[in-house]
Amino acid sequence: MSSTPAAQRQEQRLPQSRGSRKSRRAAWLFVAPAFAFYAAFVLVPLAMSFYYSFLRWDGIGEARFHGLTNYITVLTDPKLLQIIGNAFQLVGYFTIIPVVLGLAVASVIRGHMAGPFGTATRTILFLPQVIPLVAAGIAWSWMFANTGVVNQGLRAVGLSDWARGWLGDFVWALPAVGIIGAWVLLGLCTMLLVTGITKIDPSLYEAARLDGARPWHEFRYITLPGLRQEIAVCVTLTVISALASFDIVYIATQGGPGITTMVPGLEIYRLAFAHRQVGLASALAIVLMILVLISIAPVQWFAREKK
Amino acid sequence: MRKQSRHALRIAALTLSVAATAGTALAAPSCGPDPVVLNSYFETGFPLPTRLAEEFTKQFPNVTFDIKEDQFANMMENSPRILSEPNAPDLIRLPSLTDLVANNLLKNLDGYFDEFGWDKFPAGQLVQLRVEDGGRPRGTGSLYAMGLNYSMTGVFYNKELAAQIGMTEAPKTLAELDALMSKAKEAGIQPIMQFNKGTGGLAFPLQNLMGSYGAPEPINDWIFQKDGATINTADNLKAAEHLEGWIKSGFFPSDANAIEYFQMMSRFMGGEGLFMFNGDWESGNFDSNAAGKYGFFIMPPLEEGGRHASMSAPLTFGIGANANNADCAAFFLDWVATNDEARKINVAVGGSNPGGPADLAIPAVEPGSVTEASLAAGATLAQDNGAMDFIANATGAIFAAGWTPELQKMVGGQQNAQGLLDAVQREYETQLSR
Repeated sequence: MSSTPAAQRQEQRLPQSRGSRKSRRAAWLFVAPAFAFYAAFVLVPLAMSFYYSFLRWDGIGEARFHGLTNYITVLTDPKLLQIIGNAFQLVGYFTIIPVVLGLAVASVIRGHMAGPFGTATRTILFLPQVIPLVAAGIAWSWMFANTGVVNQGLRAVGLSDWARGWLGDFVWALPAVGIIGAWVLLGLCTMLLVTGITKIDPSLYEAARLDGARPWHEFRYITLPGLRQEIAVCVTLTVISALASFDIVYIATQGGPGITTMVPGLEIYRLAFAHRQVGLASALAIVLMILVLISIAPVQWFAREKK
Repeated sequence: MRKQSRHALRIAALTLSVAATAGTALAAPSCGPDPVVLNSYFETGFPLPTRLAEEFTKQFPNVTFDIKEDQFANMMENSPRILSEPNAPDLIRLPSLTDLVANNLLKNLDGYFDEFGWDKFPAGQLVQLRVEDGGRPRGTGSLYAMGLNYSMTGVFYNKELAAQIGMTEAPKTLAELDALMSKAKEAGIQPIMQFNKGTGGLAFPLQNLMGSYGAPEPINDWIFQKDGATINTADNLKAAEHLEGWIKSGFFPSDANAIEYFQMMSRFMGGEGLFMFNGDWESGNFDSNAAGKYGFFIMPPLEEGGRHASMSAPLTFGIGANANNADCAAFFLDWVATNDEARKINVAVGGSNPGGPADLAIPAVEPGSVTEASLAAGATLAQDNGAMDFIANATGAIFAAGWTPELQKMVGGQQNAQGLLDAVQREYETQLSR
């Protein structure tokens, strides 16, 4: 006697269910090593920082519970607020300049990416990415020095009054640091955008041209919407680079003059190791992490696939 | 008879006991005959400790050094962690003492003081290395470190540029120094080459000016964290105002806030700047790389014949509380101060007073050299009892959080003399209250 339809359904489901359990187990096995590393090097330190942020501790001696005092200090101390503000000013340089220039460059070289020109362009644009940030910081420090190439150029064109020690100037130090960051990130953004632009169907541009569209219209209605995902990736990476910046600032200015170029990443390091205020440093780190999440959340929302 | 023999036995036992005790007292710690590797942590950029280590190994072949080097700023940050490890360094360059003593990370050297007879050293030489239990105040209490040598800050000058403005001898008063700077400015010569990026290099001229205007004792009290001490005094205000005047007169480079220490040295040796406020640790460097081109003088007082005062600090080395070879490390520190060859290396390479027992002469140096001038300046300072510790050593973070940003603001025209002292004192009190 043949089995009932319900039993048949059960029989059909059983192997599937076993299979899905098996594949789920296999998936976990594949994920486990990466998760173990992530847990050891990200989640555990994050939890420890969160715990330390409620302590008053010099990192070696006895730790005392400090309640929310460290967080109150981070959110009320004028110096720390200025330091957080500096990081948001850097977003302007680290994000806007590379994304805008990257879009411009990607649009201009859109049709010439094949062949030697494309290879040379990609290499030159990507070069800053393979140079260590510390080396970039040192090289730019020399260029911004009193006798550096920037001032030599200004003097050569008769603008001697503009020559100055850029990285030691209260007005110009932060923009100078911003320029270094923009230079480092420009190549990455351009490469991402160039790669993205090659995925846009060329027939769209052809159709637009047949309809009488001008280059600006092509950019506005085809290139820009087509690069939504790539722009979001660029903005996410550069915003994080700006808010969590450390290397460039440490090498170029060490946060000076005064605290005009001090950023949270460097201040966390100083608070923890120079000032021996591990609790306050941890609280600033947690606040910085929340600020980064808040800052990139709208970008992720903008980048999501429209249904 | 039995009574007599018992008495004789007692005398013999007592004699043996006294001899044993005396023997213990006389036998100072040493490195012994077995192989020893001294775990050492030195400061990058200063060859003196390594040169001394090489000479020590030459004289005591069973002792070798496992040397790690780091930048001074990194050492300020890392030394507590390094010293808290089980295999703590036997020898370590110490940026500051108080925090380390408070956390029981340094070996108390009082025992070695007795065993090696360091009471023959001038007491003032070791005063900066004494700390009370708990880490403060400094200047009294137990000995926790020794100086590899004893340096001082003063004023280096470029002899060629000095000749151009008619400077034939070191200024005897602050007014004379001011006049020389004005002359240099008028002649188109940069009066002072000074760094102020990263760490506030204007702290050197500021402290020298503090020494011209007032006595060093209240400044030392502040550095040693004595109760009620303040840097915000009338004398120090005059000194800070004088510094502000130099800035406004354009005596410092306009890009001082963008100049690092090594750039300052390079620019000064390249002929940019008549004067440079710096320490005699560079004397050996000048003598070997630019013999005869530079001179050195101690900061002049307000009035001729007045008391000289300047920053003078030991090149501080300590022994980790958990060090494996503490006795050998202490023996090395004693050897550096007392051995003839070590003292010669100390002066030739370090360019500073090697310290040690008061009756030991300072090794001879090349006549007319910068080292000769800086050693003479050190003798003047000792004669006037005008040594001060560095104002940046008052707390572990006062240099980074107080002096450096405020001096940078002053160069940038965003801070005045009173504001500078107010801000630094506020930061000092905040740090001590933690």
